[in-house]
Amino acid sequence: MSAPATLPRWADAALLPVVCLAIALLASGGVVALVGQNPTQVLVALIDGAFGSARGLSYTLYYATSFIFTGLAVAVAFHAGLFNIGGEGQATLGGLGAALVALWLGPVLPGWAMLPLMLLSGMLFGMVWAAVPGYLQAYRGSHVVITTIMFNFLASSLLVYLLVNQLRAHGNVAIESAAFAASAHLWSAREILAFAAVDWPGSPLNVSLLLALACAVAVYFFLWHSLSGYRLRAVGSSPGAAAYAGIDPRRQVVQAMAISGALAAMVGMNEVAGVSGKLVLEFVAGAGFTGIAVALMGRNHPLGIVLASILFGALFQGGAEVAFEVPGFSRDMVVMLQGFVVLFSGAMSYVLAAPLARVLRAVAPEAAHG
Amino acid sequence: MDELMLASVLGSGVRLATPLVLCALAGLLSERSGVVDIGLEGKMLFAAFAAGAAGAATGSTALALVAAMGVAVMLSWLHGLACVSYPGDQVVSGVAINIIAAGLTVVLGIAWFGQGGQTPALPVEVRIQAHWESAVQAIAPLPWLGPVIGQALLGHNLLVYVAYALVPVVWFLLYRTRFGLRLRAVGENPHMVEVAGVSVRRLRYAALGLNGLLCGLAGSYLVLAQSASFSPHMTAGRGFMALAALIFGRWMPWPTLWACLLFGLLDAVAMRLQGLELPGVGTVPVQAIQALPYLLTVVLLAGFVGRAVAPAALGKPLD
Amino acid sequence: MAGVHKRFGDVRANVDVHLTVAQGTLHGLIGENGAGKSTLMSVLYGLHPADSGSIAVFGQTVRIAHADDAIGCGIGMVHQHFMLVDTLSALENVMLGAEPHWYLPQAAAPVRQRLQELMESTGLRVPLDSAVADLSVGDRQRLEILKALYRGARILILDEPTAVLTPQEAEQLFTVLRQLRAQGSTVILITHKLKEVMALCDQVTVMRAGRVVADMPVHQASVEGLAQAMVGRKVQLERPDLSAPAPQQASPVLQASGLEMRDAAGVLRLCGIDLQLHAGEIVGIAGVSGNGQSELLDVLSGLAAPDAGALQVLGKRFAAGTWLDPFSARDIGLAHVPEDRHARALVMDFPAWESAVLGYESLMQYCRRGWMRAGAMRRATEAMMERFDVRPRKATLASRKFSGGNQQKLVLARELGQNPRVLLVGQPTRGVDIGAIEFIYGQLRAMREAGCAVLVVSSELDEILALSDRVLVMYHGRITGNLAIAECSQERLGLLMAGAGV
Repeated sequence: MSAPATLPRWADAALLPVVCLAIALLASGGVVALVGQNPTQVLVALIDGAFGSARGLSYTLYYATSFIFTGLAVAVAFHAGLFNIGGEGQATLGGLGAALVALWLGPVLPGWAMLPLMLLSGMLFGMVWAAVPGYLQAYRGSHVVITTIMFNFLASSLLVYLLVNQLRAHGNVAIESAAFAASAHLWSAREILAFAAVDWPGSPLNVSLLLALACAVAVYFFLWHSLSGYRLRAVGSSPGAAAYAGIDPRRQVVQAMAISGALAAMVGMNEVAGVSGKLVLEFVAGAGFTGIAVALMGRNHPLGIVLASILFGALFQGGAEVAFEVPGFSRDMVVMLQGFVVLFSGAMSYVLAAPLARVLRAVAPEAAHG
Repeated sequence: MDELMLASVLGSGVRLATPLVLCALAGLLSERSGVVDIGLEGKMLFAAFAAGAAGAATGSTALALVAAMGVAVMLSWLHGLACVSYPGDQVVSGVAINIIAAGLTVVLGIAWFGQGGQTPALPVEVRIQAHWESAVQAIAPLPWLGPVIGQALLGHNLLVYVAYALVPVVWFLLYRTRFGLRLRAVGENPHMVEVAGVSVRRLRYAALGLNGLLCGLAGSYLVLAQSASFSPHMTAGRGFMALAALIFGRWMPWPTLWACLLFGLLDAVAMRLQGLELPGVGTVPVQAIQALPYLLTVVLLAGFVGRAVAPAALGKPLD
Repeated sequence: MAGVHKRFGDVRANVDVHLTVAQGTLHGLIGENGAGKSTLMSVLYGLHPADSGSIAVFGQTVRIAHADDAIGCGIGMVHQHFMLVDTLSALENVMLGAEPHWYLPQAAAPVRQRLQELMESTGLRVPLDSAVADLSVGDRQRLEILKALYRGARILILDEPTAVLTPQEAEQLFTVLRQLRAQGSTVILITHKLKEVMALCDQVTVMRAGRVVADMPVHQASVEGLAQAMVGRKVQLERPDLSAPAPQQASPVLQASGLEMRDAAGVLRLCGIDLQLHAGEIVGIAGVSGNGQSELLDVLSGLAAPDAGALQVLGKRFAAGTWLDPFSARDIGLAHVPEDRHARALVMDFPAWESAVLGYESLMQYCRRGWMRAGAMRRATEAMMERFDVRPRKATLASRKFSGGNQQKLVLARELGQNPRVLLVGQPTRGVDIGAIEFIYGQLRAMREAGCAVLVVSSELDEILALSDRVLVMYHGRITGNLAIAECSQERLGLLMAGAGV
């Protein structure tokens, strides 16, 4: 997904994404203006809503947490040469896995045993949900993009079925599971900071943020410092060279998808264990797709992904605030911006790269080389 | 089985399959030319919005249709810009179109009509009506056949008939015309076509243009015939089902039609099966039936139901 | 009519090429791979524009920017890799791009009629309604020729037409070509097979390294002369001593017997190969690219498994069902420097220090319990770069940023650095500058002195002569010659390479 070699490396890594974001913002700003809003006013309100208060910041980081998970998932798959659009489904299964363990063992086990079990269960579910399309791609040649989209739908159907028929608490009209026992809850930011005698407003932000950051670090080390990661990247970058080295591309594909699925599944911990305390229908809420935008913007590098996730978290949170203050604005504008980001960073990067290279050469000829 | 029930299931199956047929035909043309089209969902959605908005604003059915088709064609050509004129990734582009459509339709909807993204209900004159109502009444008294044929075949609106009529039209286009021959060739071996002196780019853009027109019709159907207005995310994955039907139908018009009808019938049956007991299985969960098309697609792709051979050059940018 | 004139003055792939082809003749265009013949014809057919120069067809200067223009001038081309759509019928393939009517059944009738006429007059027969996927290779080629003729080609270019044909089919083709000549068509035959040229053509042009080096009527040429012109003389890198003692006849370190392999299309690529390598010798495999050398290297290194045959290497046996794989190959001490540097030897996007361990990444020195030892890898890379003088000495630079010579030196450093007992090398100096070539040769010789068994595959005859103790020649998947270096000469090897000695 990177621009052709005419752009020097620093420009490809740092400048092009910024340019793509800028153009996406411009396009969105254009739409905003079209519908009669003031783009700058919207932008200011957005930034204020996202970072201007402790509560806003919490929400921003809470959203960012899920995006970090799904962004990392997409990135790991990209490094192996695969496009994993199944983040939604894998995250759904992850939440399901965590919830099943919580409902089953929650009343019995204490927190320090519960939470790791939930995490493992969620990861396992997500892993399987991604590994099956991975296997089908590697060994049967079925295009992973189509199979993961199908699996997304299958996941949501499965969730609906289970919630409606099996897991719904008795007498409950709402489509959700019974509430988990207290041991199955992740601490919220408020609770943790209360220990340090800091008064922090309530919000969905919880410990999973630390888990997400830990995952980002882990993915970094995995991809660039481990033997498996080396082999994964080799397969994704040059299947011929990997074959020459004796690396089996099929195994690497399945492994990469499995890891990807496990990462996406952790959204379940954030939403189900950290926020809701029970399994609800739409807990993933599009995080899988945002993960694609985040990965593209972050150039598939964990650091970039964390930054991009915070950016998108800010957009979501700021967007919600703006929706209160500015009439006629809705969260869907952020969705639209996301789409523009995917379009410009992902598909149209070639269209943008050539003029950008020309501009660079004209403006800073020395910097434009190598 | 109760003949009225059968009739209504068949009829509803046919109607539910209509947007699928249109979208699948659109995807067929694009993918046969070698361009992957994941964006069917987004194009249909945006076209539906355009139809709803234009219909509400102008009160004219014709303008609504034109708006819908125009918007979809523009999106298709945008896809072409990224993937045909430049070697952009076709899948990413399609996904981007879906996301943009999902967001932009709601944004514009709220801005222009304010009802939480929904367009105003279209008055009866703008919507497309059932044809041949009188014929349906006339046959109704016939035992068994009457309601079945009446409801299943004759009671539909014009767009339904147009959609099904388009299947042989696309077949004819693909297999009996010069354009179709070149299109099929371009999806298999674009180099060969280039070397024979025909422009691959122009062919693909033409295919994408037709793709847009058909997606436009699909979207219009949703708003002009099925419901009366646009509501956010109303396509609900139908674009992907159409894609699944296309693969299930091995990229050929008639098998794709049967696949769409199958999916439509499954959808119609799902609603009626709720709560029904099947011997040996117990209550069939409605979600299982809803999930069936997707499951079938995966099984097909995995090669268990014979190999689905895609056009050879599908997804590869022309260098 | 006046003779057909074409003149090009190109750079790079074709350097200042002048070519004149007389009408109604069979003109041979010969040269080794990379000599520039295919490029030249691509320019003529409009697939690539010439950087400079002019083309005149039938006496008129023309501009050919697109295949369309070439077809319009009456030029038709049959490519080495067939340009056919497998799922369409033969008739449809011919029709494509020149359909007389938009309604296909109506268009098909006149096309069919014209094709029947063409088939009568040329003797080329193809079942018109079969899908191309069902046609034999010979049929497909006939179809390609018919396609070109249907579009009105008066000048027909054929690119290595007999590469995929059996001898019988080749004979049939020649009959057709003579027939076409008799009817006044002009044929340009691109090939590296001298016997064909001598048997078939009226005039022959030899190209080497992008230039025309010879151009003469065939009756004035000889196979030996053509062979010499084709392989030519480059910088003579002297052997240190031609009278080196013959290596001791210890038991072979590598012994392959009866290797046979068909490729995915079913064409036989290796046929009854028997091969022996001894410690402390360099064996060179000479031959024009495409005669099975790549497949042989793939089989010996474990990248591909043959359909039949056995291999005994460094004490281990392998038979067709349970063949070697690259991982175990390295394990037993077999190293491989691949022909294709870009797609195999290095991961171009990896920095040098990661490419420098490709294939050996799981070794203790580079990896401990699943974690890569970046420091050790970097130090090892720097040492490699130092020993092999790889420039720039930046281990963090992306592999694709190094020049061809430096990339090759890095690959060699990697493979030689593992002290292998058997070394397989494909095209060691392709795309490498002169200074690096000398260095690489020195390294290979040093390996031999150290007792390694080295197999070198190269399409550069000079290279084979400079390096080898023994020379094998491959032609059409067989070994056609096995000579000690003292018995070799340019001419003799050139003949064997071109199949003349068979």
